[in-house]
Amino acid sequence: MLDSASLMKTFRADVAEKVAPSVISARGLGFAVEGRVLIRDVDLDIKAGRRTVIMGSNGAGKSLLLRLLHGLIAPSSGEILWNGRPLDKAARRRQAMVFQRPVMLRRSVLANLDFALRVHGVHGPARRDRERAALAMARLEDLAASPARTLSGGEQQRLAIARALACAPDLLFLDEPTVSLDPASTHAVEMLIGDAHAAGVTTVLVTHDRAQALRLGDDVIFMAGGRIAETGPVEKVLQNPQSEVARAWLEGRLHFEPGASETK
Amino acid sequence: MDSFGSILTEAFGLILIWDPDLIEIIGLSLRVTLTAVIVACVIGLPLGAAVGAFRFPGRTIVAVVLNALMGLPPVVVGLMVYLMLSASGPLGPLQLLYTPMAMIIAQTILVTPIIAALTKQVVEDLHREYVEQFASLGVGPLDRVGALLWDARYSLLTVALAGFGRAVAEVGAVIIVGGNINHVTRVMTTTIALETSKGNLELALALGVVLLAIALFVNAAVMAVRASAVRAAYA
Amino acid sequence: MERRNFLGWSAALGLALGLSGPAMAQDDFIVVQSTTSTQNSGLFEHILPMFEEQSGIEVRVVAVGTGQAIKNAANGDGDVLLVHAKPSEEKFVADGHGVARFDVMYNDFVIVGPASDPAGVAGTSDVVTALAKIADTEAPFASRGDDSGTHKAELRLWEQTGVDVAAASGNWYRETGSGMGATLNTGTAMGAYVMTDRATWISFGNKGDYTVAVEGDPKMFNQYGVILVSQEKHPNVKAELGQQFVDWIISEEGQAAIASYKIDGQQLFFPNAGD
Repeated sequence: MLDSASLMKTFRADVAEKVAPSVISARGLGFAVEGRVLIRDVDLDIKAGRRTVIMGSNGAGKSLLLRLLHGLIAPSSGEILWNGRPLDKAARRRQAMVFQRPVMLRRSVLANLDFALRVHGVHGPARRDRERAALAMARLEDLAASPARTLSGGEQQRLAIARALACAPDLLFLDEPTVSLDPASTHAVEMLIGDAHAAGVTTVLVTHDRAQALRLGDDVIFMAGGRIAETGPVEKVLQNPQSEVARAWLEGRLHFEPGASETK
Repeated sequence: MDSFGSILTEAFGLILIWDPDLIEIIGLSLRVTLTAVIVACVIGLPLGAAVGAFRFPGRTIVAVVLNALMGLPPVVVGLMVYLMLSASGPLGPLQLLYTPMAMIIAQTILVTPIIAALTKQVVEDLHREYVEQFASLGVGPLDRVGALLWDARYSLLTVALAGFGRAVAEVGAVIIVGGNINHVTRVMTTTIALETSKGNLELALALGVVLLAIALFVNAAVMAVRASAVRAAYA
Repeated sequence: MERRNFLGWSAALGLALGLSGPAMAQDDFIVVQSTTSTQNSGLFEHILPMFEEQSGIEVRVVAVGTGQAIKNAANGDGDVLLVHAKPSEEKFVADGHGVARFDVMYNDFVIVGPASDPAGVAGTSDVVTALAKIADTEAPFASRGDDSGTHKAELRLWEQTGVDVAAASGNWYRETGSGMGATLNTGTAMGAYVMTDRATWISFGNKGDYTVAVEGDPKMFNQYGVILVSQEKHPNVKAELGQQFVDWIISEEGQAAIASYKIDGQQLFFPNAGD
């Protein structure tokens, strides 16, 4: 059996320029739809190689923030910087995202990997090598020819992560990737995320799960009402939150923050 | 008039005898209609997919027009094509009037809006599912259309089938631009119209049964392909 | 890889269907714009093979109503016109669309009706009296209503009765707006009298209990004429081939071919080109 961490290194060896630690930053980021402000005044810096988790109650704007950072939606105000420069199409290619529910093309497992790699301009023997490595990493070698959508939820999410990683991103966004999985599948997915990090991929993970946040996070961004309520090292924030809203949420209490309801 | 049973017997008799004239008529029907459907797919699939997948100014207008054109009366299409291809029309020098090519053109015009409008519907639904993944991977417009069409391929087979059904059954357009000329442009539907006008209702109905049998066979074949695709979660 | 196969397959099918195939026969053909009565009666199927064998020219018949046939020919979409509405034909020639008009043959119109004969016209040979009776009793009468040669002939006869059929339209006078065969199908189904050319009637397959009620009046004479479409006016017209057809159909040989066409022993068309 191949070692996943070393496989990740083979992906990243393809990356032409070994740039200085990638950083994604947001400055005064805001997002509104039809007059409803859903994200406001977000400033953040994510350091290369770090594992960031985003936490907060439903509707706090976690998934929305992820999509803004990934460039899937355009902010209403503020800006996103990639290595200090505005996020552009080329920079987007250095990022990948795994969704809560894996989106699989109506094709075989292998063809799903093939599609992503072709879009990323990987051709010839390099593509075959990466496909083989991705299958090995996701432990899906035996299912390579199976229709992707007949796989179990856990297998599909593993494939989604392997597909994202095969494109050799610097940064991987994960939007509650294990929320609908059983403990065994969750464990397998977490192992994959760990492998990615070990290979130097910066990860940004949205989760509701405290234990998962501790396992997969170095830093935490705690959101409430479309704002960042608190940031800091994950252990420190989870054990001793400074903000009232984070403390309430972590203790399982209902908390009504002034201004929070208008954003719901 | 004879009972329906004897009409069925006559229909099967027509096929069993393998009457060369009938075979020629069936062959021409299929050749004209299948060619028209293929051409309509070549135009309508990418067009429908583009309208289904992209936001652009005038998109709603295009969609409304496509939907409206689905209801084009064949006779109107026949007249339009006749006026274009007539010796006194702009395309007269091509001398296509009263040829199978004229019938293909008319049926293509009839079928393309159907293919495009139904494709738009199918692709729009699929695109809603794929759009974030595509954006995340940075898939370009051409690749998007290609991937959506390919992934919707089994639904689109049904779309093509709808077009086939419309074309193979219409008589109004082909009788005007084809002229129902024996051994040249006589197809199933124009033969049925002719036999009806001769008062040979049994023969006309028997031909109708043959046409229905062909339609049933084509539909069954497509449905079988689709059923296997559903099992693979491809449809 | 799957996709390439699929596209390749489609392309191959397209080529097979679109670019090959039968029926794109020789270039030596003419298009004759004619009427449903000549086609539905089976006359063309009888005489055309004789001409085609002798001349090597394929004749493609477009059979529509006389009105439409003349309009198509006036657009240049045909080499020869063979219809039955003398005044319109003469106008067609006068307008320069046709070279010259020749009489070819005649048959006659008859009025067919149900066995019950609600207007009591069966056996009449005076068509004007018969039509007046139909109007008096308001027995249903189905008209072509399509500006065809038969329709025009029927309207001329109504004019002589002084009955305003336009006023009765939708009442006992019913315009089907369709061809002879379709009008016969409709008329027999509603128990209406129908005026039809004898040739179509004899070969019509859906007579039910209908018989010929009115026949034999010279006013119901139905003359067919043939015209070569003018190449001067419509340069794409195959004048030479068309002329051969016109020459043949008014020749002794063509006339004999017309006379020899019979159904159930009855002659349908009477050649009169030499008269």
